[in-house]
Amino acid sequence: MKGSLSAPLRALLALALVFAVGLVFHADGSFYRWDTHGAMLRQASVHGILACGMTLVIVTAGIDLAVGSVLALAAVLFSLLTIHLGWGAPTAVAAVLGVGLLLGATSGGLISTFGLQPFIVTLAMMVFARGLAKQVSGGQKISQAVMKPDGSGYDYVDLPRVFDLVDSRVLGGAVWVVTLVFVAVALLSWVILARLRVGRHAYAAGANPEAARLSGVPVRRTLVLVYAWSGLCAAIAGICQAAQEQQGDPETGAGYELSAIAMVVIGGTSLMGGRGGLVLTLVGVFTIGYLQKILSLNAVGEAARLMLTGAIIVGAVLFQRSRRNG
Amino acid sequence: MGSGTPLLALRGIRKRFGRLEVLHGIDLDLRAGEVLVLAGGNGAGKTTLVKILAGAYDDWEGEIVLAGTPVHPRRPHEAAALGIACIHQELALVGPLNAADNLFLGRERSRRFLGVDDRAQADAASGWLERLGVEVDVRLPVERLPVAVQQSIEIARALSMDARVLVMDEPTSALTEMETRHLFERIDQLKREGRAVLFISHKMEEIYRIADRIAVLRDGKLVGTRLAPELAQGELVEWMAGQAVTEHARAVAGGEVPCLSVENLSVTDPARPDRPLVRDVSFEVRRGEVLGLAGLAGSGASEVLGAVFGRLPRRSGRVLVDGEPVPSGRPAASLRRGLAFLASDRKAEGLTLARSVVENVTLASLPRFSPGGWLRPRREERAVRELVRELDIQASSLRAPVSTLSGGNQQKALLARLWLTEPKVLLLDEPTRGVDVVAKARIHRLIDEWSRAGRAVALTSSELPELLALSDRVLVLHRGEVHAALERHEASAERVIAAALGGAA
Repeated sequence: MKGSLSAPLRALLALALVFAVGLVFHADGSFYRWDTHGAMLRQASVHGILACGMTLVIVTAGIDLAVGSVLALAAVLFSLLTIHLGWGAPTAVAAVLGVGLLLGATSGGLISTFGLQPFIVTLAMMVFARGLAKQVSGGQKISQAVMKPDGSGYDYVDLPRVFDLVDSRVLGGAVWVVTLVFVAVALLSWVILARLRVGRHAYAAGANPEAARLSGVPVRRTLVLVYAWSGLCAAIAGICQAAQEQQGDPETGAGYELSAIAMVVIGGTSLMGGRGGLVLTLVGVFTIGYLQKILSLNAVGEAARLMLTGAIIVGAVLFQRSRRNG
Repeated sequence: MGSGTPLLALRGIRKRFGRLEVLHGIDLDLRAGEVLVLAGGNGAGKTTLVKILAGAYDDWEGEIVLAGTPVHPRRPHEAAALGIACIHQELALVGPLNAADNLFLGRERSRRFLGVDDRAQADAASGWLERLGVEVDVRLPVERLPVAVQQSIEIARALSMDARVLVMDEPTSALTEMETRHLFERIDQLKREGRAVLFISHKMEEIYRIADRIAVLRDGKLVGTRLAPELAQGELVEWMAGQAVTEHARAVAGGEVPCLSVENLSVTDPARPDRPLVRDVSFEVRRGEVLGLAGLAGSGASEVLGAVFGRLPRRSGRVLVDGEPVPSGRPAASLRRGLAFLASDRKAEGLTLARSVVENVTLASLPRFSPGGWLRPRREERAVRELVRELDIQASSLRAPVSTLSGGNQQKALLARLWLTEPKVLLLDEPTRGVDVVAKARIHRLIDEWSRAGRAVALTSSELPELLALSDRVLVLHRGEVHAALERHEASAERVIAAALGGAA
C-alpha cells in the first residue's frame, strides 16, 4: 500500500483511460457533443442505481444476485398498478418500493439469522423474484394494451403521466430524470456509508465480523438493513426501467446484477468486504458507461463488445489488486 | 530400549522470526524404540522445533542427522519422504473424504485409465488400521468418526509411509481417558517396532506414564535431558520454571467490594457440546485488583475470560458486575454492563484491519460518537488523538489503515478501544502477545494505571513471569478447573507450574 496511488486515484486513472479512448475514437465528433454524454448517463443510470445498493452489500463482504429479478418484479408491479389498476403514482411508487425493501430484508434476514452464504440466499431470491414477476404479470408484458374482458382483443389505454415524467429531460434538455434519480440514490447511499453509524457498522462487519460482534456491533441488524437497501434500490431501478421501456416486462433486467457487481468492483471496492465506498462505485459506473457508449458509437458489434467488456473488467481488477500487493 | 547411535540427532538448531531468535541452538537425540517427551512452558519453543522437523520452515540453522545421514527437510513432503511424520494438535485430515482416501491422499493407488483404485485403497487402509487395533468402516467420511479414530488414521497414514520417527504434538488434548489409554498402547507397539516417538505433553501424569526420557526446553534452550525415572516431578517443574521470578511490580491493591463475580461458570466447546472447556469456575475481582488466570495451553483460562464477556456462550453459571447479572453470549449487553474484553488473537477477533486507526479505536463506543445515528468524525478524532498520545501509539496518520501499524501499536490501539468504553471490568486475554518489549512495558504500566484507577482487571498470559508480576492473585487452571488459588506472596513460578500440570500447588 505504501508509496503507491490511492484507490480513488487508480479508479480515476482507469476512467481517464477509457475517456481518452473516446476522445480518439470520437465517431466523427459525436464524443464531443453533450448529447452523447447525456445519453450515456441515461443508459448507465438504471445499472448505476443497482450498483449503489450493491456497494453497501459488498462492503459487508456479501453479494446480492437478486437485484436484476427484483428490478423486473418492480417494473411489472409498477406497470400493473398504474396502467391496469389505475393507482395514483405516489401510492404505486410506495407499494413497489415496499416490496423491494421487503424482499431485500428477507435475503438479509436469512443470511444473518441462519448464517447462510449470501451467494446462495440471493441466488434463491433471484429465482424467486423472477418467478413472482412472471406470476404477477401472467407471463405477459404489462403495457398499454389491455386484454378485453371477453378475451377477444386488446383495448389501448393511455400511458400514465408518471412514465413520461421519469423518462423525460430536464435542465434545458441536458439531463434525463432517471439520471437525477440515480444521483439522488447515490447521494443517499453515500450518506449511509460515510456519515451514518449503520455505515460504520457495515464496514466493520465486512472487515471482521467477529471483531465487530465483540465490539457490540449489531451485525445481524446491519446485514438486514444493508440487503433491504439493496432491494429498495432495485425497486427504484425497476420503476425507471418500466418508464424507459413504457411497459413492465417480466423478462427485463436479466444479468443486470452482474453489471452492477462489475461497476462496484471496477471502482475498487473489495469483494472481501470492509474496503471501498460509493465514490469508487461512481467511478466504476462511469467507466463502464463510457466504455459501452464508445463501443456503440464506433459501431462495434455486440459480440465484440461483450468480449471487450469482459477483458476490461479483468484488467481493471488486476490493476486494483496490484495496488494492494505492492 | 535402543542405544548406540541415535536414530535422529538434532545439532545446534536455531530459528529466528525476524530479529527475534526463538531457538538458540538445540541439541537433542532420539533413539530407535524410545519415547522422548519434550516438556516446557508456553513459548519455550516446542512447537517451533516440531515444525522444523515437519518441514514447515526452510530458514533454520543447524543440522538434522537421520540414521547417520544429514538431512534438511524444507517442505512438508520432504520431511514425510524422509520418514518423519508429525501428528499435530489440529488434525490434518480432509473431513469429507473417507479414511482410505485420507490415508493415500497425494499418493493414490490407481489403475491405468481407470482412476483411483478404491477397492485396493480400502483394503490397504483396513490393513494398516487393523495393525493399530482399530476397527472402523474406512468408507465413512472421517469427519463423522470420533477424534481418537481420526488420530489413529493419521498414525496409520504415517505407518503406511514407513515413518521411522513420529512426532506427536499434544495428541491427547482432545481425547478422553479411555482413548488416551488406547493411544498409549499404540505408541508401545510403535516402540516395539523400533520406531522413535517424540511426544509433547502438558500433563504431568501423562508425561511419566509414557516417557522413557524427558527433555525440557525453556526460552528456546534445552535445559536438560534425563531418563524419566531419574527425574523427580519437583525437578521437572524447576527445569520448566527456571529461576523464580520474584520481582513483583505492584504493591497489593484492592478494595473491599467485589466488582466482578463469577459463579459456577461452565463452558463447553461450541462445536462439540460434549467436550467441556471450563468446569464450575467461581471467582471474584474487586475494584483496583488484578486477577491472573494461569494455566498451560488448553487449560481453559482463555475460555473463562471469553465466556465471562460473551465471546463464548456459557453452559451454566452466573456473571455479575456490581451485583447486576450479565446475560450469556451477548457482547453488546456485556459492554453496556461495563465489561470490556481484549481477545487473544488481535487479527482474527480484534482489529478490522482494512479500517483506519480512528475507526478501530471508536468501534466499541460508537453510540457516544454518533448521537441520533449521525457520525461526528471530528469528535471521534479528538478523543482518539488524546488516547494515541497517552498510550504513545505510533501511527503515520489516524486515517491510515490499522494494518500499517506494528504489532505493539495495534495492540495499544485495541486497548485504547477498551478504555474508550469506560469499563468497570477489563478482561485481557494475552494482553502482550506478539508485541515488542517497549510496547510490552507500556501495556504493563497501563494495566497498573487502570487498576489504580479503580478498575477490576482479570487477565491471562502465557508468560508466567509477566502474569506473576502483574497479578494481585493468581488462579491456576488445569483441564478447565481451578486447581489452585494463590495470593501474591504465595504465587511462585514453581507452585503455579506444578498446579498447572495438575499436581498439588
